[in-house]
Amino acid sequence: MSRRNVLRGAAAGAGAVTLPALLSACGDGPGGKKNEVTMGSNSSDAVPKKAFQDAFDAYKKKTGKTVKVHTTEHNEFQQNITRYLRATPDDVFMWFAGYRMQYFAEKGLLVDISDVWKGFSGFSQALKDQSTHDGKQYFVPYYYYPWAVFHRKSLFAERGYEQAKTWDEFIALAKKMYRDGIPVAFCDKDGWPAMGTFDYINMRLNGYDFHKGLMAGEEAWTDTKVKKVFDLWRELMPYYQKGALGRTWEEAGQGLQKRRTGMAVFGMPHPGQQFPAKERDDIDFFAFPEIDPAHGQDAVEAPIDGFLIAKKAKNVDAGKDLLTWLGTPEAEEVYLAGDPNNVAVNDKADTATYTALQKKSAELVSGAKQISQFLDRDTRPDFAQTVMIKALQDFIDDPGDVDGLVNRIERQKKDIFAQAVG
Amino acid sequence: MRGSRSVPSKSAGRAGRRGPRRFTRRDTVVLGVLLGIPVLLEAVIVWGPTLASIGLSFTSWDGIGDIHWVGGKNYESLVDNYPAFWPAVRHNLLWIAFLGLVATPFGLLLAVLIDRGVRFSRFYQSVLYMPVVLSLAVVGFMAQLLLGTDQGVINTALGNESDPIDWLGNSDLNIWMMMIAASWRHTGYVMILYLAGLKSVDPALKEAAAIDGANTRQTFFRVVFPTLRPVNVIVGVITVIEALRAFDIVYAVNKGRNGLELLSVLITDNIIGEASRIGFGSAIAVVLLTVSLGFIVTFLVQELRGARDR
Repeated sequence: MSRRNVLRGAAAGAGAVTLPALLSACGDGPGGKKNEVTMGSNSSDAVPKKAFQDAFDAYKKKTGKTVKVHTTEHNEFQQNITRYLRATPDDVFMWFAGYRMQYFAEKGLLVDISDVWKGFSGFSQALKDQSTHDGKQYFVPYYYYPWAVFHRKSLFAERGYEQAKTWDEFIALAKKMYRDGIPVAFCDKDGWPAMGTFDYINMRLNGYDFHKGLMAGEEAWTDTKVKKVFDLWRELMPYYQKGALGRTWEEAGQGLQKRRTGMAVFGMPHPGQQFPAKERDDIDFFAFPEIDPAHGQDAVEAPIDGFLIAKKAKNVDAGKDLLTWLGTPEAEEVYLAGDPNNVAVNDKADTATYTALQKKSAELVSGAKQISQFLDRDTRPDFAQTVMIKALQDFIDDPGDVDGLVNRIERQKKDIFAQAVG
Repeated sequence: MRGSRSVPSKSAGRAGRRGPRRFTRRDTVVLGVLLGIPVLLEAVIVWGPTLASIGLSFTSWDGIGDIHWVGGKNYESLVDNYPAFWPAVRHNLLWIAFLGLVATPFGLLLAVLIDRGVRFSRFYQSVLYMPVVLSLAVVGFMAQLLLGTDQGVINTALGNESDPIDWLGNSDLNIWMMMIAASWRHTGYVMILYLAGLKSVDPALKEAAAIDGANTRQTFFRVVFPTLRPVNVIVGVITVIEALRAFDIVYAVNKGRNGLELLSVLITDNIIGEASRIGFGSAIAVVLLTVSLGFIVTFLVQELRGARDR
């Protein structure tokens, strides 16, 4: 197709007309301002937003260079990411590790930052793998947060609940909570929180490798292994609070804080941001219980967030300079001082100031044999967005028809994975 | 008036052609520019994208890489493999039916009541018209404050904390709640249009009907309503437009998922999201275009026929 040539021609034509005018109008030239780097941020929640600002202020103090942040509401940023990267992205932008980064790298939308990585130390091989596509690095990891079963310490003490190690204990605990009028918190209005539960049951039952294969489109959704995941999940459903599809994660977090619910499968920032600062010491968690001893509690779901440079960025050098700094332990420490709901990725980051919860999270992840990134970060975005959200919501709405459900998923999966990336 | 109407239009046309040229060259140029610009704009802004969508609907394209021709495959998967498709079609039609059969007639009723001069009619008029200034997205946010499961006003007022009604999450309920919320705004809009229409109805007509022995109902349905024809047409068009662009409200509430699917939402989900299934999304857009065209063509046929009769 000659579409590219047509577009190039049109762009060149438009450029020839407008560029001289732009050049004379903009004193800084096409490279952007020398001492300013722009940052596309999806951190719209108050706590992380402030913590990021602290980090960028520290960068300015150190180098004299300003970071100009453009914040977009978290979900909206995700919705618009492709358009954003194609149009006029900032010099550096915030995004996720793993498949979701690799997908854009494959499409040629990202700048190779292997040279920046050469100067890094303190990152484990697992982290480097999550930042790499085709042997080149595209991503600077910044922090991560584990998913687990979160609850209030004081409530467990008051009611005599015990953290569950196995699936049977877990179901028994859920049943007890439900009878006590404080059911298990559950929400999926946003479309993604339920994915965490699916991932965990799947990894505990079938192992991390099956999870990876399933997400990559290699395993069939109609496999009995997958049906079994839904069957196990259905055992838990009666003890959930009602109305999950009308509840956002914020509301579910607040319910946990108000002691209306007993526990929830969440990522660490979710209860963290809904508890007032003085009650955060009361948050505790246990690893998602074991289902098949063959897989134990090996895998931990711990999404990694970080920074990338878009191919169309104006000021790549300034961006790389900022990334170099953001990869240092010091940069992570500044951030985490303001947002104790995450854990640093750099081994050298100072953990002395960690809260008990952060220490426990770091232990959980460092003890993990495998780290997964969350369903919608481990698979193609078009599949996660247009198929899985609806599929899981359908299951929550009507847990009865598993066969029909997995058939529908598999048929759509074949459609989507048949299309090439890039 | 009568005289001009009795002249057969054909001979009028012929007379025009035989007469002296009415347009100077300058007129033609001015007309050409004035008409040409809108026509060009329409071609570029409306027809260009429309035809592009139709073209793209036969391809597979992620917006970045190459465009692959796939023929009718998108339509096939849409109908067979996309679970959200049929609910979305149903919801779109349901939305049109609800606004057309419930909200619009209710607006007419309010207009008639206010026009007859109930007490405090100015007050009602302003209160009912007020929501029209809000965007549907804002109505969606307000609906969430009212209908939320854990923290909504209605559930709090009902005091059923242990077993709240899931107004927004229950897929049997939420579409109705959204249509009611949308009607809240739509009714006021329709009411104002009809009020304007009713004010322009010649009182002599009603008097004549009364003298002929018609009761109030007969007067309204046989005399007043038919004279409102121009308003009816406008209201009909507005109702269909409002129904087809009901996007903001469901998107604000739950991104148009789980019982609130609409074709416009599916298009958005597939095209502008991270997913970028542009070919597939275009196929849905073509379906929405067909639904819209159905109404537009019906309307135009009616209008043209009406104009010929007049």
